[in-house]
Amino acid sequence: MKIMDKQEIEKVLFSLCKKILKENEDLDSLVTVGIQRRGAILARRISKIIQKLKGGKIPVGTLDITLYRDDLSRISYQPILRSTDIPFPIDDRCVLLVDDVLYTGRTVRAALDALLDIGRPRKIKLLVLIDRGHRELPIQADYVGRKVSTSPDQMVELRVAEIDGEEEVIILDGQKDEI
Amino acid sequence: MSILIKRGMVVDPASHREDVLDILIEDKIIKKIGKDIKSYGAEVIDAREKIVIPGLVDLHTHLREPGREDEETIRTGTLAAAKGGFTTICCMPNTNPPIDNPTVVKYIYREAEKNGVVEVLPVGTISYRREGKKLSEMGRLKESGVVGFSDDGSWVVDSNLMRRALEYAKMFNLPIISHCEDPYLSKDGVMNEGYWSTVLGLPGIPAEAEEIAIFRDLSLARLTGSKLHIAHLSTRGGVELIRKAKQENIKVSCEVTPHHLALCDEAVKNFDTNTKVNPPLRTGKDIEALKDGLREGVIDIIATDHAPHTQEEKELEYSRSPFGIIGLETALSLVIKELVEPGILSFMEAIAKLTINPSRIIGIDRGKIREGSMANLAVVDLSRSWQVKEEEFFSLSKNSAFIGWTLPGKVEFTICKGKIVYSEDLEFLHEF
Amino acid sequence: MKFERKDLLDIQSLSVDEINLILDTAKSFRQVLERPIKKVPTLRGKTIANLFFEPSTRTKLSFELSAKRLSADLLNFSSSTSSVLKGETLLDTAKNIMAMKVDALIVRHSLPGAPHLLATYLPISIINAGDGAHEHPTQGLLDLYSIREKKGKIEGLSVAIIGDITHSRVARSDIWGLTKLGAKVRVCGPPTLIPVEIEKMGVEVVYNVEEALAGCDVVIMLRIQQERQSASFIPTILEYREFFSLDERKLKFLKPDAIIMHPGPVNRGVELPAKLADGRRSIILNQVTNGIAVRMAVLYLLLT
Repeated sequence: MKIMDKQEIEKVLFSLCKKILKENEDLDSLVTVGIQRRGAILARRISKIIQKLKGGKIPVGTLDITLYRDDLSRISYQPILRSTDIPFPIDDRCVLLVDDVLYTGRTVRAALDALLDIGRPRKIKLLVLIDRGHRELPIQADYVGRKVSTSPDQMVELRVAEIDGEEEVIILDGQKDEI
Repeated sequence: MSILIKRGMVVDPASHREDVLDILIEDKIIKKIGKDIKSYGAEVIDAREKIVIPGLVDLHTHLREPGREDEETIRTGTLAAAKGGFTTICCMPNTNPPIDNPTVVKYIYREAEKNGVVEVLPVGTISYRREGKKLSEMGRLKESGVVGFSDDGSWVVDSNLMRRALEYAKMFNLPIISHCEDPYLSKDGVMNEGYWSTVLGLPGIPAEAEEIAIFRDLSLARLTGSKLHIAHLSTRGGVELIRKAKQENIKVSCEVTPHHLALCDEAVKNFDTNTKVNPPLRTGKDIEALKDGLREGVIDIIATDHAPHTQEEKELEYSRSPFGIIGLETALSLVIKELVEPGILSFMEAIAKLTINPSRIIGIDRGKIREGSMANLAVVDLSRSWQVKEEEFFSLSKNSAFIGWTLPGKVEFTICKGKIVYSEDLEFLHEF
Repeated sequence: MKFERKDLLDIQSLSVDEINLILDTAKSFRQVLERPIKKVPTLRGKTIANLFFEPSTRTKLSFELSAKRLSADLLNFSSSTSSVLKGETLLDTAKNIMAMKVDALIVRHSLPGAPHLLATYLPISIINAGDGAHEHPTQGLLDLYSIREKKGKIEGLSVAIIGDITHSRVARSDIWGLTKLGAKVRVCGPPTLIPVEIEKMGVEVVYNVEEALAGCDVVIMLRIQQERQSASFIPTILEYREFFSLDERKLKFLKPDAIIMHPGPVNRGVELPAKLADGRRSIILNQVTNGIAVRMAVLYLLLT
């Protein structure tokens, strides 16, 4: 079931960026880091929008959290290791961590550990496009595009043009082995 | 007690007979061979659709007793022989103590009589203690019943000693059996030197280590005019040398093992210690030459080089594990698979190399089916195939390279000296 | 693509895809090594044992550090081969260490096939850290990684391997890896130290160093050991040096941007003068660094 289309995604991202601009006076220290893979794509888009609205450059990095997952010995498949590419120091910066869907919170936990191994940011803020609930860890996002109520046996997927050739958010029945 | 084998296809290479016949055995002797023999009270073996062959004769068995009874004993070794269709086996003298004096020979005869199920004929050493330094008491060994002389496991490096041994053995008309391997050239080698030793980084034994040794021994056989038997031939060059020697009428005979026909050196590639044998498994080209040699009669016989080793000795690094694999229980089936099925030898020719030919080399009256001769026979079902299973070996050691293989031809009965010493009925085996 | 193996025993049996997966994975770990905190929690709770039955410093340290950078616990067992021979068998020693709930064994042994023996009988991962003259797969992989890093690719390169090929596990692993990935390999050394039929592994054999170096992109120098003199493989080390060591003059035969590699430890002044070992073409220290990343990748792929 489709819950967001291309225009809605664009609209939501735009309003999230405006909110970020309003709440962050210290935009010079802002960097975005997207979690591989779809979070990384969103982070790139958000940086672009903010740059357009405000001018200047917002550095974008990508973060692969595979090495920090807490379920490596429990999952049956071997996750593909993707690159972590943060070509700027994050020490004393304000890091905007971006992911597509917030679910159990375990991915974000892993991402926080990974970021802290890379540097010591002044502040980390979390942005997600969708918050679908069912948290297993005490983690909340600072910026949420849309809250969606789901049942645990459903899957929420963001599809993006760069990977899937489409732009939409869908809810599927049946579980996927992912945190 | 008498046994009547009914309507089996009797294949006897000694008489070139191949016919459906009955065989009546009384006491230890083949009493009568013919059509529709009647004998009241005889135990009947229905051999319809089966082959009846002379009991097989192995010129090259390691029984390990005395000295390494954890690897094999005369009892377990003869049980394994019986299961493989063998009724006469010649045991090699590299025991501890070695068979270099009459006491050990007598011990083996006594043990075989008491606990063995087939005939055991000891081979005595060439040199005292198998040290390659001075002659053993060949005369006294012969008197006590050895059927040949060999320092098997080692080559007699000293050419003069080998010359004397060949000369001296002449008066007994027994063969000198030579393990041909130049130890300086084989050195610390553990497999055939070639592509696979290069890939695996294992020290190699070049074919020339065998060929050089064969060349010298053939020269000495020519010089002395004595009977020489080359053990476990493995190389193309070796076949060539013996072919020429036979053309020159040098009194030489030679043997090949089933494993040297069935496996090439590529089999070593997973470091399975059950592929470690001496001489090593050679190349496909060597195998072709060995098969040619068998077809042309350059190679006279097939012998097992049955060499039991314990599980502990085989669960080691390849270089540390001892050479040798067991062979008595798989020999006949491997010969059928590698030689008879591809048409290299007829079944009768193959059986000749396992019966009458080895008997002639050591001069014993065995390996034939004739009225009045010793009742040593095997009944084989050629239409059956069987899977080699570790737990089914009678040998005390299980170090076979053929575990898991499916092989053609199943021995159903083995009769030695008029007694059934193997049948598939396991219950029966517990009785003796 | 998944890495489905229990063990890493050799490069010979690896597919091109498997090799590339290891090298690509190693690239991620190479990034980790540049961070201020050079450690990830990936193998937390896993235990890895180094079983070294032959003296080794760098390989052992490299594996130790790789395991630690992945947050695994590591224990070291070292023994000279002879003392093991007196008592326990290799298999028994390994079984005892496995019984301490170890997840993987890294095995260095002087005899070819020793890791295969353990891999056959034990259910845990076995990593070959060099078995006699057979293979040294992680060294081969790190050589591939280092060449790819410097040259951007392996395919189409000309590589010369010079020295004692017969006794070299590194040569064998390099040959398999390089030829699988499409490089042209020449081996060069005295004929006594070139094993028979090595051409069948897909390499060219030459006995003249200048001929071997001609037009090469990469030259891998191997260590020559003193004991080869006594076993009559070579008359003297001095004579060997004259014919088979690298020097400024011989370098002219290489391509201008060619690199020099050595699996270490270098016999400075024997196969390689100090000046070249430390020179601009040498990537010997890069090899050492990359070794950690490659070994992390191997441990990661086998243990997750």
